[in-house]
Amino acid sequence: MINALSYAELNARQRVEHLLDPGSFTEILGPSARVVSPHLALLGVPYAFDDGVVIGTGLMHDQPVLIAAQEGRFMGGGVGEVHGAKLVGLMRLALKVRPMAVFVLAESGGVRLHEANAGLIAVSEVMRAVLDVRAAGIPVVMLIGGANGCFGGMGLIARCADHVVMSDQARMSMSGPEVIESSRGVEEFDSRDRALVWRTTGGKHRFLMGDCDLLVEDDMGAFRQVAASLLGCSQKLNLQGLLDEQRVLTERLENTGQCNDAGEIWRRLGVEHPERVADMDVEQLQALKASQILGAS
Amino acid sequence: MNWKELVIALFGEAHTITRTGDVISGDAHLQVAEAELTIAVVGTTDHAEIGVETALAQARLVLDTVSRYPGRPIVLLVDTQGQRLRRRDELLGLNRYMAHLGCCVDLARRNGHRIIGLVYDQALSGGFITSGLMADACYALPEAEIRVMRLPAMSRVTKISEDLLRSLSETNPVFAPGVANYVAMGGIQSLWSGDLKQCLLDALADPNTSDIRTRLGADRGGRALAERVVHQVIEA
Amino acid sequence: MERLDFVLAGHRPVQAFEAILVGVVGSGNLEVLVEPGDHPASCTFLINTSAVGFGAIWEAVVKGFQARHQLCGVSVSINDMGATPAVVSLRLDQAIASVPFLKAPAS
Repeated sequence: MINALSYAELNARQRVEHLLDPGSFTEILGPSARVVSPHLALLGVPYAFDDGVVIGTGLMHDQPVLIAAQEGRFMGGGVGEVHGAKLVGLMRLALKVRPMAVFVLAESGGVRLHEANAGLIAVSEVMRAVLDVRAAGIPVVMLIGGANGCFGGMGLIARCADHVVMSDQARMSMSGPEVIESSRGVEEFDSRDRALVWRTTGGKHRFLMGDCDLLVEDDMGAFRQVAASLLGCSQKLNLQGLLDEQRVLTERLENTGQCNDAGEIWRRLGVEHPERVADMDVEQLQALKASQILGAS
Repeated sequence: MNWKELVIALFGEAHTITRTGDVISGDAHLQVAEAELTIAVVGTTDHAEIGVETALAQARLVLDTVSRYPGRPIVLLVDTQGQRLRRRDELLGLNRYMAHLGCCVDLARRNGHRIIGLVYDQALSGGFITSGLMADACYALPEAEIRVMRLPAMSRVTKISEDLLRSLSETNPVFAPGVANYVAMGGIQSLWSGDLKQCLLDALADPNTSDIRTRLGADRGGRALAERVVHQVIEA
Repeated sequence: MERLDFVLAGHRPVQAFEAILVGVVGSGNLEVLVEPGDHPASCTFLINTSAVGFGAIWEAVVKGFQARHQLCGVSVSINDMGATPAVVSLRLDQAIASVPFLKAPAS
């Protein structure tokens, strides 16, 4: 792709600037406000002026939106007390100002272990707050494309949103491969086997499974285009919707619960040549998904 | 206290709660004034690992209650060692299964079911986020253990010495695993002791369905900043 | 953690400007926040670093920077996680690249 601007290589603030209409972003509690973590100094770790998350208001195609972007290179994007409170505050602000969407550019290992208990509680508060926004008919859209992926509590929050967009470089999961390996051994999950990691947690696999709705190239333009297409696209949760989800997840276990690797799952989903998926580009994956006979959904 | 002892303390013999694998479920009956109240009980035991099957089973039980018994209160009994650490569960999308459980708990609330959590033994990390911590309020027994991660694993991941983490966990509410800290931080509403049945009745009678935990954390002093930051953002 | 403060004289005035942030607080890295400052004839440097005991090196880097740029009416705040002097200098230069200096009259 010519003139591609890599989402993965930009920092959080740059991603926000490029996603929104030029010059339209107004940051809330930015670095000058210095709302920093009160806990990190105890561990001899420096704080960041924005506690690793950029939040604010802006426009996308002239429509009002709210946005949050996690800085994956600060504490792995982990959610601490202030970071979590900024996200909760943004969701509550959405209920007040009713934007066309709330975008969360997630890049996080989940709970910031350095803030342990405060981070754990914060993650659940963010989950409830996201579901409140969703229930109000305001779409919450997760964009996942950073090198650190979207793990732990943020992986849970991601699947509470109306839509999940991933690049083929991105990863989304609950526990990271390193955590599983250090707990259960390399035979359980070799975290250095990149192909295995991406087959298990990467954008292509999640897209084929249906855990991410939209797959894009690692390009700001592609993310922006897809994000704009989701403005106002609310998917309120109700009993029927959750009963449908229950059915989908039950069938997934019945059909593929015995599979040991992604290739086996893809084959059962109707992919004739699973060994080719790793080399396919986004457009080919999208065509493949569209032609699948057995829907994953 | 194991789940059977807990159930007897709460309901005496007035229940149909049984165990399938690590999941416990059933109905229970409480006398409230002149009336009999039926409540649904869903939970785990034996420090259950929350894998795709366990998350799905609990979600089904919550959805069954919402579908068939409008308004019936739901009590989530929590005893978990956290999310299951298996490649196969990640492959299948464990985060989606666990999030689904959380969404079911949230739906129950929105559909008018009082839903409360009780940590009666252990609650670690993710195993707790999408169940007890999504309820209207989460309570705990004084002897319960709540923590994010065991110290050796935490030390490996953060690259901070176990000794430093251990000393901090003795004095600092943010690290200390005790339930009292979770109460101080607002994550746990209160501890239940003495007449557990009355504690349950009081919890079921509490009408609040808003997430007030940052305010509790500020009022109680365990989390000084979160509430203020939330308000600063809303007022921006 | 160590806190270091320096107030150094300078004479290149600046126009009003919005805060500028460069860098990130990652291992071997730092963030630099440049804002309008309170002292019209000097620049303040406020450093928060996890690398303890390098005060003399910070002083040398900061003084060298100020000797080159002569900032005044500016405040530079740093959160550092063990960056080398070369990386610190790089970030400082990046940070002030967008600071709008007033045209100095011939003097």
